[in-house]
Amino acid sequence: MSIGASLKRLEDYNLLTGRGQYVGDLQFPDQCEAVIIRSPHAHAIIRSIDVEEARRFDGVLLILTASDLPGDLRPIPMRLSPDPILEKALQYPLAKDRVRYVGDPVAVIVAKDRYMAEDAADFIKIEYDVLPPVTDAVQSLQPDAPLLHPDAGTNEVYLIYSKKGDVAERLKTCEHVLKEELYVQRHSGIPMETRGLLALCDEDERLTVYGAAKVVHFNHQLMARLLNKNKEDIRLVETDCGGGFGPRGEFYPEDYLIPFAAMRLKRPVRWIEDRLEHFKATNHSREQTHQVTVGFDGDGRIYALRDEIFFDQGGYIRTHGTTVPSLTQAMLPGPYDFSDIEIVTHLALTNKTPVGTYRGPGRFEGTFVRERVIDMVAAHLKLDPTVVRERNYIRPEQMPYTNGLSALGQIVEFDSGNYAETLDWARKFMGWDSFPEKQARARQEGRFIGLGFASFVEKSGFGPWEFAEVEMRPDGRVICKTGLTEVGQGITTTLAQICSDQLGIPYDRISVVHGDTDLVEKGNGSFATRGAVVGGSAAWHAAGLLKEKLLEVAAGELAVPVDMLALKDGSVVYSEAGQVVMLLDDLLPICLERGISLCEEYTFHIDHMTYPYGCHAAEVELDPDTGALHILNYYIAYDIGRAINPMLVEGQLVGGMAQGLGGAIYEELKYDEIGQLVSGSFMDYLIPTSMEVPEVQTEILENYPSPLNPLGVKGAGEGGTVAVAPAIANAIVNALQEYAIPITSLPLRPERIREALKQMKPER
Amino acid sequence: MMEKTAESSRLKTITLKVNHKEYTVDVEPRMLLSDVLRDVLRLTGTHVGCEHGVCGACTIMMDERPVRSCLVFGVQADQAEIVTVEGLESENGELHPLQKGFWEKHGLQCGFCTPGMLMTACHLLEHNPDPSREEIREAISGNLCRCTGYQGIVDAVEYAAKEMRERAE
Repeated sequence: MSIGASLKRLEDYNLLTGRGQYVGDLQFPDQCEAVIIRSPHAHAIIRSIDVEEARRFDGVLLILTASDLPGDLRPIPMRLSPDPILEKALQYPLAKDRVRYVGDPVAVIVAKDRYMAEDAADFIKIEYDVLPPVTDAVQSLQPDAPLLHPDAGTNEVYLIYSKKGDVAERLKTCEHVLKEELYVQRHSGIPMETRGLLALCDEDERLTVYGAAKVVHFNHQLMARLLNKNKEDIRLVETDCGGGFGPRGEFYPEDYLIPFAAMRLKRPVRWIEDRLEHFKATNHSREQTHQVTVGFDGDGRIYALRDEIFFDQGGYIRTHGTTVPSLTQAMLPGPYDFSDIEIVTHLALTNKTPVGTYRGPGRFEGTFVRERVIDMVAAHLKLDPTVVRERNYIRPEQMPYTNGLSALGQIVEFDSGNYAETLDWARKFMGWDSFPEKQARARQEGRFIGLGFASFVEKSGFGPWEFAEVEMRPDGRVICKTGLTEVGQGITTTLAQICSDQLGIPYDRISVVHGDTDLVEKGNGSFATRGAVVGGSAAWHAAGLLKEKLLEVAAGELAVPVDMLALKDGSVVYSEAGQVVMLLDDLLPICLERGISLCEEYTFHIDHMTYPYGCHAAEVELDPDTGALHILNYYIAYDIGRAINPMLVEGQLVGGMAQGLGGAIYEELKYDEIGQLVSGSFMDYLIPTSMEVPEVQTEILENYPSPLNPLGVKGAGEGGTVAVAPAIANAIVNALQEYAIPITSLPLRPERIREALKQMKPER
Repeated sequence: MMEKTAESSRLKTITLKVNHKEYTVDVEPRMLLSDVLRDVLRLTGTHVGCEHGVCGACTIMMDERPVRSCLVFGVQADQAEIVTVEGLESENGELHPLQKGFWEKHGLQCGFCTPGMLMTACHLLEHNPDPSREEIREAISGNLCRCTGYQGIVDAVEYAAKEMRERAE
């Protein structure tokens, strides 16, 4: 059996030997290179653009400004959660008359190589009338705030409102009420490979674009629509991809501009974002302010939850529409059963880079808020925070459970699970029962240690469907075509294992083909931890149909009932005894002779998402003089229903934790008051290195398989990330119990802890 | 790739020995070594992640020292002996123990930082055949990885160190 085995990855050989083919590695004859000229101002009117001098520059082939694009060009539409109200704030591939963030594309220059393009770019003269910017979501809603999109008439382009029960009434009856403001900073995926594209246009106007990722088929359709071409005349090809994490692969201005330039020039045009450009151009994420009110009784049972959320959208609505704020809202209650809920989210435009999803979108933010609040409730009542969690969990017998909220057009309905179980694992592993003594001993030695917990529910398996086609070739090799894409998560190996399990052949005899619109008929792509759940189920079914067909032929040949036969180790076997009755090598020529097609396809549909869940726990030590944080132990228990490849699942958890740690302590896309991004390089945007990321212990549980798919899987991509910040924040508070330190905002920078410690006197 | 016009006067001829093979090429003095390797010599295993010397993806061995090829001009590498990820395999195609280790221990996901990691780790093991986990972490701390959380990479380097020690015995 391949499913459940920690098999080595099929992807790795090429990547380890330098044979990988990332988009920047491709080179075609006559290839030239584009550079995007971006706004240096956060908010300005474009008065004039003079390109004449640059045009005469050595090696320059093409310069484009908004006036060179078709007059009827539409802005880039939303891919997820579209809404007509938001259309007035969409982004055009090049800014027309006004720029709205530092990095807004204003012109494109194509030259024989990048050095020449950059030389000439300095000679494009753009005159701006600088306008006052707004860089804060709460301020942008003030009546006197500068208006970003006059057509929209307001910076508050959207309001999301959810209600269950009656919070106002319920709060009146609660023994205790707590109000708190919490903040999650702007940060993002920051993959090691920046974005890039290489577009070629034939003499017959057929376009080929390399460097697509994530949602290849969707972008294919959109590119055709915006370029006013037939879908058949465009081919999108995925290359190796140096990390996705949400931002990469969405349709950006460059996804229009680079193919457009290639069509104009009839020669291959490459554009590779540089790192400084990436920080300004690629989707940011996460920035939210929460004003929370909770009502609870003396036992820590929480009844009422109210939250007013201010969501910083940046200068435009990009392809995710309202996905992130609506997921924040719908997933905010997490694993808990609150009777009365009222949440309102203000989606506010600011003069900053537009935002989209980043690993655990909405949940990273909401989990920080909720799990801090749980510990605050516990501190208020002087109760064990893990006990407060226990008292509020949705119980297994309440499943399936709906929290009354909805996101992405679906009511949240948790399918199965036992939330207390993962907390129990974490408490036991971290020695919570004996921790107070350990902590007291440490304190006697002058050491400040603390232990914090954070529970979470993830969502995965976003539908509505995914496609797979599985074909067995006469030589016994299997080709599995999938609508998923590879962003480094190992989908190739995962699907090969699933097919291998069905067909009884080694997984390395299966080639997985993805991300090429000429080769794969259709697909929705890899995002929202949907790969194994939806795409894996499609491959499972397609391979299953192929298995049935093979067995039918074998049964006819052997004159035995088909249900007596199975496939195993490259042979047809009697299913009871496992005795080999026919080699696949002998069966395949028979199929070939009879003209039997050994190619099956399946489109797996799913109406509801599935919900993995777990618990993070962090033991930290603080240096009271410097505020420095040292993670002594880190543990994640995660129930994902079923693990196709536990090694890859662990890789997702550990790697996801490192990204969560970045968001918790180090990373921040910080702007100054005039809207300049002041952390726009790796010198000041701090990604955790091997010295900061601790060893992470994981427990992968398979106790509650999803009833919604044949594999029982619930998805592993994001659970490592979403609960890091509250686990560490709660541990810091636990370490400093006698100081009333307000740990309510991210990142948890050491200087902030040190400052707080200096100002606070112990309460005792 | 350059036209023989005014540009040719700006070109410098350099000779590099890369992975035991000698190359003589004409390059502009301002061309980065990473671009010379990737775009001129077509050795694209060396990756460029930041172009300001922080991420380490472009790390190569130059005259037996790990160097960020995005911070070196091609002309500075004239007469240098360079090893890139393409030079790690033995001549008969056998993977380097580090490559094996990364494969065995899931030391890579997207694989973009991997060539730089391999070159840095290579230098570590040449100088310290039996490093502790802490020493490995310190040695690779100048190479950013966004996927693995480093744990698998540390496991991989430990694995390779053990294999190389056993081989040496």
